[in-house]
Amino acid sequence: MSDRIPTVEDQTAAGERLAHRHTPAYQTKQGVYTRGTSGFFQNIRLTAGIILLLMYYLLPWLNWGDRQMVWFNLPDRQFYVFNATFWPQDLVLLSWLLIICAFGLFFVTVFGGRIWCGYTCPQTVWTQIFMAIERHTEGERNARIKLDKAPMTPDKLRKKVVKHTLWLGIAWATGFTFVAYFIPARALVIDHWTGQASLAAYVWIGFFTIATYLNAGYLREKVCIHMCPYARFQSVMFDQNTLIVAYDTARGEPRGSRKRTGASSNSQGDCVDCGLCVQVCPTGIDIRDGLQYECIQCALCIDACNSIMDKMNYDRGLVRYATEHELDGGQTHWLRPRLIGYGVAMAIMCVAFTYALTHRSPVDAKVARDRGALFNETKMGHIENTYTLTLFNKTSFNEVYEVNFEGHPSGRLIGPASLELAPGQTRVQVYRVQIAPDMLANSRLPISFIIEPAKYPENEVTIESSFIGPDRWK
Amino acid sequence: MFNNSLPTFWSIWVALITLLVIFGCLWLIMAVRKSEKYKEETENTVGHAFDGIEEYDNPLPHWWYLKFLGTIVFGLGYLVLYPGLGNFQGILNWSSTGQWQEEMAAAEVKYGPVFAAFGKKSIEELASDPAALEVGGRLFANNCAVCHGSGGQGAYGFPNLTDADWLYGDSPEKIKESLNLGRVANMPAWQSALGDSGIEETAHYVVSLSGRAHDETLAAKGQAHYQTYCAACHMPTGEGMQMLGAPNLTDDVWLYKAPNLTILESVKQTLRHGRQGVMPAQLPRLGEDKVHLLTAYVYSLSQQ
Repeated sequence: MSDRIPTVEDQTAAGERLAHRHTPAYQTKQGVYTRGTSGFFQNIRLTAGIILLLMYYLLPWLNWGDRQMVWFNLPDRQFYVFNATFWPQDLVLLSWLLIICAFGLFFVTVFGGRIWCGYTCPQTVWTQIFMAIERHTEGERNARIKLDKAPMTPDKLRKKVVKHTLWLGIAWATGFTFVAYFIPARALVIDHWTGQASLAAYVWIGFFTIATYLNAGYLREKVCIHMCPYARFQSVMFDQNTLIVAYDTARGEPRGSRKRTGASSNSQGDCVDCGLCVQVCPTGIDIRDGLQYECIQCALCIDACNSIMDKMNYDRGLVRYATEHELDGGQTHWLRPRLIGYGVAMAIMCVAFTYALTHRSPVDAKVARDRGALFNETKMGHIENTYTLTLFNKTSFNEVYEVNFEGHPSGRLIGPASLELAPGQTRVQVYRVQIAPDMLANSRLPISFIIEPAKYPENEVTIESSFIGPDRWK
Repeated sequence: MFNNSLPTFWSIWVALITLLVIFGCLWLIMAVRKSEKYKEETENTVGHAFDGIEEYDNPLPHWWYLKFLGTIVFGLGYLVLYPGLGNFQGILNWSSTGQWQEEMAAAEVKYGPVFAAFGKKSIEELASDPAALEVGGRLFANNCAVCHGSGGQGAYGFPNLTDADWLYGDSPEKIKESLNLGRVANMPAWQSALGDSGIEETAHYVVSLSGRAHDETLAAKGQAHYQTYCAACHMPTGEGMQMLGAPNLTDDVWLYKAPNLTILESVKQTLRHGRQGVMPAQLPRLGEDKVHLLTAYVYSLSQQ
């Protein structure tokens, strides 16, 4: 067992890649110069990216009634999402939502690999915009490599300044939008130019501007490879029936360049070894080496390879979405227990979440029995317990709550019969319950308070408590 | 301020261990650094293998090494500025007590004017002002409810504040006096003076004062005891004396009615063992304005 496990597969075919991978993680390596490409999957990515970005940038500008539609009001601890107002008490809903997201991620990953990474992850989407800007200002891959090697000229300076200005602009918009989810956008946009916004607003806008600029401009694939845990635990979710971006080795090898005259010679596979799939890769790997943890499955190499296959008049799909079973010449089993299990779990969670969301109580009520004394005796000789009712109106309107007591037919509730609360108001009210001692069979009697909102009686709340009387009555 | 410093020996003990650990870490980092054989990254290993897993003998990345040194500098800097080395208080002279006092002072600056505004109004005026009563209710819940109950209804040994019976007087001025300075009530024990039969007889007379069921013969004998021993404070009529806080015995309000005893038995217990009631002074804790507001709240309880 003392033989060393090779940390790097020492195969000559992957030599170039190895030189790149062997660079220690913490040292600056030669940057990845990605080449632009287009095609079916890129159109999907672009569309998905545009939709997500529009949602992100525009949501803070939409209003619902007289307030921002999506507004996380931290100082007042009110979280507005469309027509709903959430309170810290509703935190459990957030955990449901996160569990659904987790199962959704597992489900999608088991089925189609790292779809999240390739198409929708903010890291990918922002990197995509920044790369597009880079391409438009500095030119294609070869032009950029040449430009970076060239000495500084006025023209190079102009290109660099334009690129970084655009990057910073996007980064600032990102930071501003993020903060606008917490501080209303319409006021913030004026305040923060006139120096009126709070220090916290400036600090966070500044932080997210710099973070976005560095992240999408420089870190890019390094985040996916070295920071994101997803790359490392994807292997536990993948199986042989998971769709992955794969190179069809059987069809492609032996690879080699050739003239564009038509059919390949018998000795050669379909791969013309143009290297385009490597040039377009945002994480700088060679998909022909098989599934690698760096691969975010953005499918750029599929589009790049297909464009070459078209030119060569070969069939498309030398690099394609395929399962390991399919590549081995077998059959892919789509419906398998794991996928169904995740799907069912997700569906159950969705139902539970919807139920919790629609049956959310618009009133929060708590009852605390006085602990200073077990009970009191009134002048009439009745046994009395004291309760503190804390009522919280979670709705957006004035509501009157009727307070009733249940648990003993001869019990008497002393205190206001109804309480009116403004939206978001909390009221603390003391109630006393009196019961004649000879009516008490036990020293401890379960009782309940019933809170009935006048406008929506169906939202009635029942709170359990107990009534304590004497143990030995003389 | 109380003295919370350590004895000299333990102070030095703690300081020494703290410094030993810090400099021990420094030594460890330097020692390991020195043992590095290769300045550049190589494929050489440290030599041991476990299940085929080996360890490269490479230098710590420089930034990482500096980060370790940074934590040591931070630690020493912290110990110079803040308390941590035994009894040494640090040159910033920071303490958690001091921070608490600063926060209390800041709160006083912020909320003081609110209470000062209430302090300018009369108690009768405040007792009918819902806003004042809401704030007063919170003060009551924080400072009084633990003994007198959330609703001020009292408990065994703690007076009911919602009824019309006042031990020391029902005027706002008297209530405020009780709150400001507190009260100490003392009922002596009469067991040795009265004996068992005397206690029995006096108790029957006391419950007869408020018209409760009693034994006529025993009560008649008890009246004599009462006039000798009790009338000085509770007055010959049994109506009590508010100057001393001696309860009115004719109104059928029983402060020491024990939950498991009848009123007669409770009175006997009081006579035998006496009673000591203490209400703590609130003025030193809360200050004048808050006590004023609290008085108004307590006053309002009995006006309902």
